Amino acid sequence: MIPAGFDYEVAESVEHAIELLGNGEDTKLLAGGHSLLPAMKLRLARPALLVDVGRLNDLAYVKEEGETIAIGALTRHKDVASSPELREHCAIVSYTAGHVGDPQVRHRGTIGGSLAHGDPASDLPSVILALHGELVARGPGGDRAIPAGEFFTGVWQTALAPHEVLVEIRVPKLGAAGWSYTKMARRAQDWATVAVAAVVHGNGSVERAAVALTNMGATTLRATAVEKALVGGASIDDAAALAADGTEPPTDHMASSDFRKHLARVLTRRALEEASRRSGRRARGG
Amino acid sequence: MAVAETATETFVGTSVKRKEDASLLRGRGTYVDNLTLPATAYMAIVRSPYPRARITSVNLDAARAAEGVVSAFSGTDLADDWKGGLPCAWPVTEDIKMPPHYPLATDEARYQGDGVAVVVAESRALAKDAAELVGVEYEPLPSIAGVERALEEGAPLVHEDVGTNECYVWKLETDDFSAALDAADVVVTRRYFQPRLIPSAIEPRAVVAQVGPTGDVTIWSATQIPHILRFATQLVLGIPESKIRVIAPDVGGGFGSKVEVYAEDQLAVTLARRLGRPVKWTEERAEAHVATIHGRDVVHELTFAATNDGTITAVKSEAWCAMGAYLQLVTPGVPLLGAWIYSGPYAIPNYSVTFTGVFTNTTPTDAYRGAGRPEATYVLERTMDALARELEMDPIELRQKNFVKEFPYTMASGLTIDAGDYDATLGRLLELLDLDAIRADQAARRESDDPRQIGVGFSTYNEMCGLAPSRILGAIRYAVGGWDAATVRFQPLGSVQVVVGTSPHGQGHETTFAQIVADQLGVDVDDVEVLHGDTASSQQGMDTYGSRSLAVGGIALWNAGEKIIGKARKIVAHQLEVAEDDLDYANGTFTVKGSPDRTMGIREAAFAAHAAHDLPDGMEPGLEQTAVFDPPNFSWPAGAHAAVVEVDTETGDTRLVRYVAVDDVGTAVNPMIIDGQVHGGVTQGIAAALFEEGAYDEEGNLLTTTMATYLVPSAAELPSYETDRIETRADNPLGVKGVGETGTIAAAPAVINAVVDALSHLGVTDVGLPATPERVWKAIEEVRT
Repeated sequence: MIPAGFDYEVAESVEHAIELLGNGEDTKLLAGGHSLLPAMKLRLARPALLVDVGRLNDLAYVKEEGETIAIGALTRHKDVASSPELREHCAIVSYTAGHVGDPQVRHRGTIGGSLAHGDPASDLPSVILALHGELVARGPGGDRAIPAGEFFTGVWQTALAPHEVLVEIRVPKLGAAGWSYTKMARRAQDWATVAVAAVVHGNGSVERAAVALTNMGATTLRATAVEKALVGGASIDDAAALAADGTEPPTDHMASSDFRKHLARVLTRRALEEASRRSGRRARGG
Repeated sequence: MAVAETATETFVGTSVKRKEDASLLRGRGTYVDNLTLPATAYMAIVRSPYPRARITSVNLDAARAAEGVVSAFSGTDLADDWKGGLPCAWPVTEDIKMPPHYPLATDEARYQGDGVAVVVAESRALAKDAAELVGVEYEPLPSIAGVERALEEGAPLVHEDVGTNECYVWKLETDDFSAALDAADVVVTRRYFQPRLIPSAIEPRAVVAQVGPTGDVTIWSATQIPHILRFATQLVLGIPESKIRVIAPDVGGGFGSKVEVYAEDQLAVTLARRLGRPVKWTEERAEAHVATIHGRDVVHELTFAATNDGTITAVKSEAWCAMGAYLQLVTPGVPLLGAWIYSGPYAIPNYSVTFTGVFTNTTPTDAYRGAGRPEATYVLERTMDALARELEMDPIELRQKNFVKEFPYTMASGLTIDAGDYDATLGRLLELLDLDAIRADQAARRESDDPRQIGVGFSTYNEMCGLAPSRILGAIRYAVGGWDAATVRFQPLGSVQVVVGTSPHGQGHETTFAQIVADQLGVDVDDVEVLHGDTASSQQGMDTYGSRSLAVGGIALWNAGEKIIGKARKIVAHQLEVAEDDLDYANGTFTVKGSPDRTMGIREAAFAAHAAHDLPDGMEPGLEQTAVFDPPNFSWPAGAHAAVVEVDTETGDTRLVRYVAVDDVGTAVNPMIIDGQVHGGVTQGIAAALFEEGAYDEEGNLLTTTMATYLVPSAAELPSYETDRIETRADNPLGVKGVGETGTIAAAPAVINAVVDALSHLGVTDVGLPATPERVWKAIEEVRT
């Protein structure tokens, strides 16, 4: 598995990375490399230049900022998974990071790399979407915060401009909200066949919820029909039955489109049930 | 004179740590890819992206002009190099269709991955880059992948010249078979498809070829068969075998996929000769999915005839077996390796087996762990459960009722099982399983309508391995013999060198063979060095496949050791001035009968043999003996396996909860190594049941091109296995049977029988392979609607 030829530069700072990105087209940032390098080895991706941001250690952090938790884009999955701040205040993120890929992936892969890759089968986009998180991009003109709902624009496509670097992910503290990330994958190391991220507000029941679906379309999706039905007082069973409404999930070696729709309904029900059980108390990481 | 002391410890039956692991586990092994000879050039193959296409032209100009390129060749450029095609050693019938198969296609590519050109460059990366610059004009042609559709009227032909996709029809049927079928109370027929499996050895294939100053050729190949590869290289390239040395250094797994004479081995040799430089090729993982043989891809229809009390009176199997686009080394013969065991461990008096080999526009199939026997055992054990349901009989009781009870037993298919105790293996399994608790849990979950249901499934199997008696191989048209050879050599100071004709690739021969010799000659296991995998040191051998190394090569080794003892006895008798018959031999020491103080160690005899100061008249100096053993019978391992699964009936997600295996592989030489073989084999059987599927579309485009889509399970998906053994001695001096394939043969039907059992209360009777969540869900949906 030998990639096509490419140039390689090491970024000494975010600003240096932005400068290197500006040099030409066909440039990719290299962080943990667990999505990009396999694609290059299969020659499905052929960037002319790799800008290695893997040494920007000042982008590896998790910190509390008032009602928000800020996560540096280069924080590795295993550090996200074990972060005390996240486990205390936003355990859906730490739990899910602990279920990305396998241990090798989690020790190299980064939260920013995973999100910026824009893979609709990845776990973290749905979680950040269900949390109404923000993604902070830095470009030549400074920082801008992109709401998660606007960040994912297509298969492997995001709102990041060619010269921007994702530097931080911001998620709210969950307080008494319940949460669940319910995933079905064939093998531990596989992408989700389908997964559901749910954040539920209520006290043992569902008053309102944010539900996001993994691998049910070109991007992670909000299950808006489910959310509306819940606000309207529908039961979890009735609301979850709407989970696949309006979706056009892919057919691939893991599942047909129809089976994915079925799974979305079952897993949404289970996610809402689990999240509602956890709501009304301060949930700790699983 | 410092002669090492006689060992008092015995080794057979103990879990001696593998001698191989000290280097392998520390990354100090030498695989083919670790070898870099001076001036090596690297080869990359240009492969057809189409399942079938006419090759209109091959333009090599851009590739030849690229950085670091040594040369580039089309199939036509090399056509005169081949004195013969890539060999198929098993023309199973007189009228089998055997289309020619050369290392590169010239006129037409017949499967996705068929080689059409080769580029040689100064590095592997440059060769790969330049291969992308080869301009091949293809004219895509109609193509076909499935065996059933390939036999339909008007289907595209894989080989137009052959005029049909039917490669052969092979049949074995007992007299009065039809009458037995007609007389049955109950007849059950079931149809099954066993998909393709892509062998995924940790080490991909690799080859280095070097030509010496006298035209002698050395081939380092990641192969299971250095001896057969040497022989075949003469056939393909016309180089006398005496000028060819094949070395299989450390080889990282094979599972049958390296029992092969591949295009790349022959290309490397011919290019090394043309270019005067060593030529190296290492397969890429995704390349292996199209360029290395596949296993299975068989449609079966299996019929049992039985009386109302559950006595099975006849078995009939019809199978349509994918050959792929070409016949590789034993492609047509793979089904035959299961042909005699469609009655399994059961006494079934009437027997009919038919195989139809079918060409399709796919990667050639060939032997993959179990080869023919997993195919047979799967349909047999699944249909045992189907018959039990039909008769409303317990599936265990049905098996017990039909077991062969007395040994030796000659089966309806004509072969004789030397030893076994099928009730004992199943009995031990049931002791370990606690079936009552499982059934109680199952009943409770059914009662509460739990979405997660559990099921238990069984597979009581036997198999024939230890390939193979040469006369039988001849009778079934296999081109070569099934014997093996070993040399045992006492060095002057008492250490022992063993040279074997088998060629391990993970099995641990250096350890198990040393254990056998150490006990036999009374030396320490560390004083026995086992040499293998190099035709220069082991001139004779038939290599490693079909669970043959211990059951055939191990007996050759034992016989060579007996010859050593025989010669040493003459020396000792001469020196002690007694008759040979007056000497007892045990544990490395000869003792004069009735005079326990008059002894001489075999190591002293070894020194005397080398000093040659005082040998019997006419005796040649030295203490080295070779034995060649041709087994009179196959080896007949057997066992009883059970799987317990939990099925999420809402999502179809199926998890293996327990796997219990009780095997009878005869005398256990090294229990740890046996457990390792069982664990690995069972995992591959489970993989076929739940995970792995090499899928093509109807035209022959491979859909599972990488390890992201071809799902090899990891430890995370599997429970810890529970294993145990019983031992019935095989009819050979060591009492040993093969173990390399048992787990793979047994596991898949146990798992699927468990899945069906979990869902049987809903009315589910079958789930296709592999039992993916979607297939399980659909099976449930079908019976609900």
